[in-house]
Amino acid sequence: MKLFTHGTSVLLDDIPLLAFERFAEEARGAIAEGASVLSFFALQDDIAQLYLFLGFPERGTIGGLRAQVDRSYPSLTPALPQAQLFEREIFENTGIVPEGHPWLKPVRAIMDYDFYALDGGQTHEVAVGPVHAGVIEPGHFRFQCYGEDVEHLEIALGYQHRGVERAILAWPEKKRIHLVETAAGDTTVGHAIAYSSALETLSEIAPDARAEIIRGIALELERMANHIGDLGALAGDVGYLPTKSFCGRLRGDVLNLSAELCGNRFGRGIVRVGGVGIDLDAKLAAMLAERLTSVLRDTDEAVALLWDSPSVLARFERTGALTRETALELGLVGPSARACGIERDVRADYPSGAYRFSTIPVSVSNEGDVYARALVRMLEYRRSGETVLEWLHNLPTAGAVHSLGVTEENGARMETGVPRLQPNSVAVSLVEGWRGQVCHCAITDARGGLRHYKIVDPSFHNWPGLAYALRGQQISDFPLCNKSFNLSYCGFDL
Amino acid sequence: MLKAIQSRLHQGYRTNAFPERDPALPARYRGLPVLDGARCDACGDCVERCPTDAIAVRGPGMLDGAFTQNAASSEVRAHIATELSLDLGRCLFCGECETACPSGAIHFSGSFRMGARAKEGLRLRTELAQTTSALSNARTAADSVRDETAGARAALPESRVEGQLIEALDARMRAVFGRAMKIRQVSAGGCNACEADINVLETIGFDLSRFGIAITASPRHADALLVTGPVSKNMELALKKTYDAMPEPKIVIAVGACAISGGIFAGSPDVCGGADTVIPVDLYLPGCPPHPMTILNGMLALLGRVSGYKKNLT
Repeated sequence: MKLFTHGTSVLLDDIPLLAFERFAEEARGAIAEGASVLSFFALQDDIAQLYLFLGFPERGTIGGLRAQVDRSYPSLTPALPQAQLFEREIFENTGIVPEGHPWLKPVRAIMDYDFYALDGGQTHEVAVGPVHAGVIEPGHFRFQCYGEDVEHLEIALGYQHRGVERAILAWPEKKRIHLVETAAGDTTVGHAIAYSSALETLSEIAPDARAEIIRGIALELERMANHIGDLGALAGDVGYLPTKSFCGRLRGDVLNLSAELCGNRFGRGIVRVGGVGIDLDAKLAAMLAERLTSVLRDTDEAVALLWDSPSVLARFERTGALTRETALELGLVGPSARACGIERDVRADYPSGAYRFSTIPVSVSNEGDVYARALVRMLEYRRSGETVLEWLHNLPTAGAVHSLGVTEENGARMETGVPRLQPNSVAVSLVEGWRGQVCHCAITDARGGLRHYKIVDPSFHNWPGLAYALRGQQISDFPLCNKSFNLSYCGFDL
Repeated sequence: MLKAIQSRLHQGYRTNAFPERDPALPARYRGLPVLDGARCDACGDCVERCPTDAIAVRGPGMLDGAFTQNAASSEVRAHIATELSLDLGRCLFCGECETACPSGAIHFSGSFRMGARAKEGLRLRTELAQTTSALSNARTAADSVRDETAGARAALPESRVEGQLIEALDARMRAVFGRAMKIRQVSAGGCNACEADINVLETIGFDLSRFGIAITASPRHADALLVTGPVSKNMELALKKTYDAMPEPKIVIAVGACAISGGIFAGSPDVCGGADTVIPVDLYLPGCPPHPMTILNGMLALLGRVSGYKKNLT
């Protein structure tokens, strides 16, 4: 296995190309030691190769492995459940069959498919979607119920599939950053940083400290907006309207801070390859800090009401619980994993960019239920808020901020071309988005063009977690469980 | 209980005063773009940079959208180009064109009032100045404006900035929907940003229900269908079925660049390329995503509740 760190590009030839048995053995060994699957995909030219990238959070390193396969290979899933969705994706995209995969069903393709069904006198099935009751993205949910209890939930996605990864490769370079920013619109900054840092790694460019801090501010604002919004929505799902109303407004206030930075509430245009597309002066920094302080004060008050209301806690506690073992087996990431006592956070495990300057404590809870997921998100928005304030007060005064390929010349911005990427190389970038680990993997061809681009949104890891959390729950608790994960459909479907 | 009441007092009244007063939007907010033909020298930098080919510089003998392939020198181009246009339906409001333009011919104003009943209404056009002297004069003027405001947004003469007209529904439709409208929203291949900024209208900041507009769960109860996303092939059938399930009369509003034109995903074989490829659309609201105020203003203008048109914006 080739070990490397985030931010270093690796020649493809340096990643060992193993016989499949060796490949599987190394993967199993690493995961038994605590590694997790970051990305797993196949490249198919004349021959097909499997690429597996594993994360070693305790060492802060990434491991890369390759295996040459023919039209099929023995599935890794029976021994490594967290590979199940990756193997289905490889099959759907390339036709390479993981022999012995326990359930080789569609990932994004919408087709006639027999859902798992219970049989018996008291059993019934509830089908929901793709069009849902609220203003939500589309997906199809099949609940197999016994009375009011959910025995099994199957989630079928793909309705948001619009071909992001293919477009990144096939379309002109100027479209790429916008494709990445809309891979999951609520994780615009997370995906934009992952993309930019993959390309910066491949072209050996380092953004200056000021750009890194501005990216950090944007990423933490994104986290805060979503966590605060979801805490309000969780309150709404249990019928506790004060926190719902207050947090609805406060989430918007945080989005408006992002808009003060870049003109867009979702942070579009902040992150650009090579740096950032915007800058802020002392006046704007002071204004942001002042407004953020007030938002934090109001949010603390609004969220504290949740922990002060027995009727809320009664609904949160022991609802949708996952054990630590299940979460590890499924390979959950982000707050959903941390709520199961798994102390993993890209910001701490693979620190890069702004997180090399400031350490944000990892927020963990052990219960694995809605309560724990809410608690983790409460702790996280607070710590993000404190960190953003610290950064705003201590902005590095490094030189002007540029995005790559654009230079200031006599006051005019000039295009100097697209970044030159190292040929036949790979870069893996990791970002702790608000839902968890965002992983982008870029592979270049012999001429330094992009040959393959793989996005793994945290939702890709976490959707199976939601399905498991519903087992044995009342079907009426689905909205609450769902919101406690609040996973992305478009980030999964791409 | 007492704490909740105490918080309620402390959190205060937060609903904005629209339509009596416009809410203050961030200084860097990019709203309705304004084109200035007097400053454009047809260099084509904006066309080249635009990620969605929303901008075109046209003239006799010049191919639509293929400006950069035209071999003519910049001087020749400046003489044959007659029109600068920007299609709001494709625009991501990323501001790349404003940054790229050396002469300040494109400027994003702070106006959130945008939208049109027909797609043609989304195309902004301006005639270009034809002579070199006019160009150099305009350049000088532009430079002086930029110097004065040094980094701040250049204040443009009011005459050059206009809001967009959204024609209200006819009297019969207004009588049906004018005071109460139920909305069914369908997300069809979007990125969840448009959805988020529709959702926000239901928060206390905007309080959509004070206008008699509410979001409903069932298409059977819906008067209006709000479509977001480029309509992925996988959502085509579901969108069509939702539309068919709605009782007549009904209206369809396409929200965001994706739903209007396919946006950044236009041309992908996995998307249809906009709501009107599947169902008829009555109102187009541009943006990526549109600001919540653009969506709110658009709906109210359609219902004849606010004027869809405002002059003298900067």
